[in-house]
Amino acid sequence: MTLTPTELTSAVPGGIGTSPQRPDGNLKVRGEFAYASDLWHEDMIWGATLRSPHPYARITSVDITEALKVPGVHAVLTHSDVPGRNLYGLEHKDQPVLAVDVVRYQGEPVALVGADHPETALRAMKKIVVTYDVLEPVVDMETAVDDTPLHPGGNLVRHVPIRRGSQDVTAEVVVSGRYEVGMQDQAFLGPESGLAVPATDGSIDLYIATQWLHVDRDQVAAALGLPLEQVRLTLSGVGGAFGGREDLSMQVHACLLALHTGKPVKMVYNREESFYGHVHRHPAVLYYEHGADRTGKLVYVRSKMYLDGGAYASSTPAVVANAATLGVGPYEVDNVTVDAYGVYTNNPPCGAMRGFGAVQAGFAYESQMDKLAEALGMSPVDVRIRNAMSEGSTMPTGQVVDSAAPVAQLLKLVQDKPLPAGTSTDIRELPGGVSNTTHGEGVVRGVGYAVGIKNICFSEGYDDYSTARVRVSMVNGELAAAVHTAACEVGQGLVTIMQQIVRTELGIERVTVLPMDTTIGNGGSTSASRQTYVTGGAVKAACALVKARLDGRADIGDEVIDETTEWRHRATEAIDPETGQGNAHVQYGFAAHRAVVDVDVDLGLVRVVALDCAQDVGKALNPQAVVGQIQGGSAQGLGLAVMEEIQTSGGKVRNPSFTDYLIPTVLDMPPMSIDVLELADPHAPYGIRGVGEPPTISSTPAIVAAIRAATGLALTRVPVRPEHLTGT
Amino acid sequence: MRVNVTVNGEQRQADDVWEGESLLFVLRERLGLPGSKNACEQGECGSCTVYLDDVPVCACLVAAGQAQDREVRTVEGLAEGDRLDPVQEAFVEAGAVQCGFCTPGLVVQAHDLLDRVPNPSDPEIREALAGNLCRCTGYEKVLDAVRLAASRR
Ligand code: FES
Ligand code: FES
Repeated sequence: MTLTPTELTSAVPGGIGTSPQRPDGNLKVRGEFAYASDLWHEDMIWGATLRSPHPYARITSVDITEALKVPGVHAVLTHSDVPGRNLYGLEHKDQPVLAVDVVRYQGEPVALVGADHPETALRAMKKIVVTYDVLEPVVDMETAVDDTPLHPGGNLVRHVPIRRGSQDVTAEVVVSGRYEVGMQDQAFLGPESGLAVPATDGSIDLYIATQWLHVDRDQVAAALGLPLEQVRLTLSGVGGAFGGREDLSMQVHACLLALHTGKPVKMVYNREESFYGHVHRHPAVLYYEHGADRTGKLVYVRSKMYLDGGAYASSTPAVVANAATLGVGPYEVDNVTVDAYGVYTNNPPCGAMRGFGAVQAGFAYESQMDKLAEALGMSPVDVRIRNAMSEGSTMPTGQVVDSAAPVAQLLKLVQDKPLPAGTSTDIRELPGGVSNTTHGEGVVRGVGYAVGIKNICFSEGYDDYSTARVRVSMVNGELAAAVHTAACEVGQGLVTIMQQIVRTELGIERVTVLPMDTTIGNGGSTSASRQTYVTGGAVKAACALVKARLDGRADIGDEVIDETTEWRHRATEAIDPETGQGNAHVQYGFAAHRAVVDVDVDLGLVRVVALDCAQDVGKALNPQAVVGQIQGGSAQGLGLAVMEEIQTSGGKVRNPSFTDYLIPTVLDMPPMSIDVLELADPHAPYGIRGVGEPPTISSTPAIVAAIRAATGLALTRVPVRPEHLTGT
Repeated sequence: MRVNVTVNGEQRQADDVWEGESLLFVLRERLGLPGSKNACEQGECGSCTVYLDDVPVCACLVAAGQAQDREVRTVEGLAEGDRLDPVQEAFVEAGAVQCGFCTPGLVVQAHDLLDRVPNPSDPEIREALAGNLCRCTGYEKVLDAVRLAASRR
């Protein structure tokens, strides 16, 4: 087998607070880093997936006879070939590995082909005859609960109510609105892929791009009907994730084909299949009413929100809880009424994406804050600062925020940054760019602000921990360390952070990061901005054990010091199912943005001229990586603001390609000036605060606020499209 | 069919190539050069960018047969032994590499830009890299990397 994941060693100075180079950086720039889609094995065959063309249909028959006859085909499998449990899911086991008698979304896997060439597999797939009895799909999230039940328990996945303070208080100034958020895609560049290698004893190795090895393993083992120890997962190179790899895609499928044929099986989705192959960000409809007194102080916030989970639950329950508990934003509000509903429909399944429920709520509550500012004749920044939470504030859940919450300070930081020069005369810097659509005529400028809040780490009483092993021995007469976890590096730079922590704790420069796999305990998910916090905490704890045994020695001869430990953050609680009260979250992260836009009002084209951000990160363990996260997160927020949406019609995806689903290019991104605050959280290792998600929340509403300021339009839906601006 | 092509200065041959295969597939799956990436395979992302006779192209859009008797230079052919090309070095140093899936394409594209325009302005850099998608960085550090590489060449 070639291109197995390798050890990453660097022997350089660079503890926490510095920005040493990533240990995988050289491999990546040389084209030698082994991503999951690069794996190759002697004798391997290729897997392909036949998917449902219908959003909702009964399967009346599946005939694989002709497909099996295609030369080069090794296997054609259907649900009856799934030896174990044919249902999986992160929170509810409601999703079939292969459809049985019904398909609930367009793109649902129905059958698998293993063949000697990807093209052979595709040709054979076309010879599988599936007959469908097409049913009327459920597509409206607001009425889904009363529509045809798609699952035995009906179409409500979860309702989270929040009740705090008075439920019928009135206010002098009231603003209300209905907001919509379109379905965003993670659009990680490395497609879903992996290689399953069967062993002679009936066990299996899977090399895979994922965000959580252990939960993948548990689900794969259950579907294969194998004991956990017979399913070994190793993290392969991951080309980005952003939530889209929390759920299974081809994991079980490749293993099924491999066990069935006795051959290594490689599966790689192409871009179109990738759009069908992973969950997306929940589209949402959100109703809000804000009441305030004449000074701008919020009296109450009431909201009803719907999040479309699509055909299967995925992480919808947790997404709904986030939207609800963070639903009023980073503001002090004494009287809160929130009802958040996550529902099943026949739209594409939705689950985790960077920001996880906080993004949808953030667009709505920040739009409301602007509306309130306008109703009061206050500036958008002033009305936010008037209500900004700070350390000691109480959340709508009753939880007291017990570390820094510098909301007002973040807003002031972005407000005080210099503004860019006026609208450019260089056509390349105007809306439409070199398409030569304007030379400045019809172009108006606007400035907008937003601030957001995100919970960091897993919430609601989840036992959230990570496992780390640190081994120290002598290499070339000097102490050297190796660190081993199952925590997934997906691009964010955890490999660098782990090396930095070891250097700081042990004073050892040469640190090797071992491949991440399931031979060690659970590392938890690479999500909820939690890995530096939790796996970082575990590595730090393992170092402490090693350090005690080192006892100051610089030479340990032939001794090998090897320590493994689990580390967990402080416990959280479930929220009360009727009132939503409870200490649900571990930590809160905050970011604020100021956006400056130029809008060509004749054509409805937007150019974001500047997108500046201020964020508190507690402690920047790697300042360069922190800024990279903030810039990347801001870019994804820009995408949601002005271009990114999976468009569906009757449950069918209309734009599953990078031709029709646009993500920001270098021409779309403005310069971003980033201010990083380091207000240590005493509860977290080194005082850190999760970084990855907060910037994705405030970026979108800041840009839309700027477009509103430029055009005077209400703009209640993202992404904002040209027709929203021109009214055509 | 059989395809003969010079890759990174070496004469290479691929057998049993199906006529629908792209140059990208042949490089990645038949010649053991998976450095060029396959993020879209439809000409939209630039992750598969290689030089074909000194001109950067999307290898996913080039039919393997079109590369017959021509010269291809991939990301694997930029470094000299252990010595990275200045563009590669700058990408690592500037923090322009996160997941790195866009990196091979961006590195080849930036390499070509700096060969043609040794000191590009920001709008020139943006224009040159406009066909290369990156989902992780927001491009700021990619621009930093190209500026840094330009300053060193
Ligand atoms: S893979 Fe060739 S342009 Fe995307
Ligand atoms: S670094 Fe991940 S796509 Fe660019």
